[in-house]
Amino acid sequence: MKKQVVSVVLTAAMAAGMLAGCGSSASSSTSSTSSASSSAASTSASSAASTSSSSSAASTSASSEAVASTSGAAGVGEASGKYALVPKSAGNPFNEREASGFQDALKALGCSDDQIIVSYPDNPTADSQITVIQSLISQGVSSIAVAANDASALDAALKQASDAGIKVCTLDSDVDADYRSVFCNQAGVKEIAQALMDAVYDISGGSGEYAILSATSQATNQNAWIDAMKQIAESDDKYADLKLDEIAYGDDEAQKSTDQTQALLTKYPDLKVICSPTTVGIAAAAKVLQDQKSSVKLTGLGLPSEMKEYIGDDDSHSCPYMFLWNPIDLGALAAYTSVALVNGTITGAVGDTFTAGDLNDGNPYTITENSDKASEIILGQPFKFDPSNIEEWAEVY
Amino acid sequence: MNQKKSLWKIITGSREVSLLLILIVMLIVVQILSRGTFLTPTNIGQIFRNNALTMLMALGMLCVMLTAGIDISITSTLAFTGMIIGMLQKRAGFTNTFALFLLAALIGIACGFLNGLIISKGHLAPIICTMGFMYIWRGLAYVVSNNQWASGADVAKFAEFGKDGSVGPYIILIIAYVVFFIVMKWTTFGRRIYAVGSNADAARVSGINVDRVLIQVYTIMGLLAGLAGALSVSIYASAQPNMQYGKEMDVIAACVIGGTSMNGGRGSVVGTFLGALFYAVLAKALPLVGLDSIWQNLIKGVVVLAVVLINVLTQRTMDRAALERREM
Repeated sequence: MKKQVVSVVLTAAMAAGMLAGCGSSASSSTSSTSSASSSAASTSASSAASTSSSSSAASTSASSEAVASTSGAAGVGEASGKYALVPKSAGNPFNEREASGFQDALKALGCSDDQIIVSYPDNPTADSQITVIQSLISQGVSSIAVAANDASALDAALKQASDAGIKVCTLDSDVDADYRSVFCNQAGVKEIAQALMDAVYDISGGSGEYAILSATSQATNQNAWIDAMKQIAESDDKYADLKLDEIAYGDDEAQKSTDQTQALLTKYPDLKVICSPTTVGIAAAAKVLQDQKSSVKLTGLGLPSEMKEYIGDDDSHSCPYMFLWNPIDLGALAAYTSVALVNGTITGAVGDTFTAGDLNDGNPYTITENSDKASEIILGQPFKFDPSNIEEWAEVY
Repeated sequence: MNQKKSLWKIITGSREVSLLLILIVMLIVVQILSRGTFLTPTNIGQIFRNNALTMLMALGMLCVMLTAGIDISITSTLAFTGMIIGMLQKRAGFTNTFALFLLAALIGIACGFLNGLIISKGHLAPIICTMGFMYIWRGLAYVVSNNQWASGADVAKFAEFGKDGSVGPYIILIIAYVVFFIVMKWTTFGRRIYAVGSNADAARVSGINVDRVLIQVYTIMGLLAGLAGALSVSIYASAQPNMQYGKEMDVIAACVIGGTSMNGGRGSVVGTFLGALFYAVLAKALPLVGLDSIWQNLIKGVVVLAVVLINVLTQRTMDRAALERREM
């Protein structure tokens, strides 16, 4: 009996300790959808906390620079609603930069903290995002911008949101066109595929074997880019001497991506280039190649801060150059799009135009149609990171 | 009476031997299917290196399972420790490899001790208690990360230890397995663990402090999970809050394949080694034999079930043989 009492007290004390610990560190990680004001407060607290580290201090200044001028904001109208962002997952620097771009753009438009809601899902799955979306619906937000973890699983939840009068747009990763007004595309599928295919062509010297290391086999983005790469390779004789050995899936896990890269090297002794269009995959592959001093070279899509060590032109570096877009700008574009949709400046129809602050050098964005006849706004061209600029960008994100 | 055992008897007489045979058969099949590219020194080195975390934690899981317990909080402990180690390097510029490993071990010990304390003194079912900590440590790993990863250049010096070509991970594995082999076979402490798992009441009556053994066992598990956290950051040059998510099942599977019983009291270091090795070879072989990635999980599941079934049948034959001898 005595022992039981002691253990109960101990457990209670520990639980209290945990709660206190979470409270003080502003729980920036898991879902924070309990109420609008508390989640906005916690996200702003976490961005304040993150300025203590050197690299993110640089990035916050860069992001505020990106949206510093609000003079062009007349393009989307006044921001008087409550705007929500649902990123793909917590604990990922790319998503965090995206969220900070979203928040800073709205603040530049004059939003107060409780008008901005960033709700991370508990897990990087569509199920968790559905829970978050439903809670946002009951909070009565004006708009939801979501980076979808699945191309179709969110349909019902998003329809529910639209029925409740909430404007829905997607960014980073799209859902079925029927269930959102418009998709903020980081870079056109074709442009990314073309850049990657040309990189493979360039690095291999125009001929030889290459392989692709992707995320999961169902990843919407990666599959679209890879399909487009295959089409480009087939449609142009220029690429006739390039042979795609295999598409391997590392599931965006460091360990599995490492296994898969090593398997590619063993299986295809004549392999020249690996192309990995995913941030976890490219970093794992870069480490394998560099550690083994392999002659195989790497390109793809990666975060500059993760890849700084591996980018270089000489034999001691595994990746000559790679691409990505600016997640801060993508978040900002989603913010402007949300405000424009809520104000009725745009409806999401093809041909609508609006200016989004300083993005696109202050020039207006036009909503276009992609190959699947769905409406989208393209942020810009994929950005190339090479030895000349990697140091500078590694400080930003 | 049975001085001259037949070959069949030897095979069916020990789970370790039967597992070893299955492993050898699998190696031969893989070697043929991969057209001789599998059994190369580089590949064998990579098998151990890539699965060092599972192999290391399997030792702790063996002890826990011997007491009829289970610990599903291990990969969360790993992520929590790994994240702290990573962030210390990224934010505080603290790069002493030895001190970082020591710190990881201490954090792991603290995490494991809490598990042991609550399970033994609070009489909580191990799966419930460790499930709670599974969420707590994983959640805290996200808090510590504050949406940042520590990777690449941040942990460059620390990653030298676990780099491809460095002997660091192998040394840790060898030391751990040798120490556990000796402790579990030839020390009172090892025998107490078996005693508690076989029959806790009998162990208590015979003067063994069962609670203390339980605390010790979970603390050891925590220690190994903490070390695995540091090792993971070193091997993959990356600390992310979601690292090794869901991989506790691999560790449990390695033990079960190695003949450890879920009901406690049965299992060995050699069996666990073979089980972990089997799992590691399988993980390495599937991408190499030209199977489509999407089929790999399915095959993994089927093979694991088959091996455990063979294992259980072997055990039953052994039990029957033992019974027959007794009746005679």
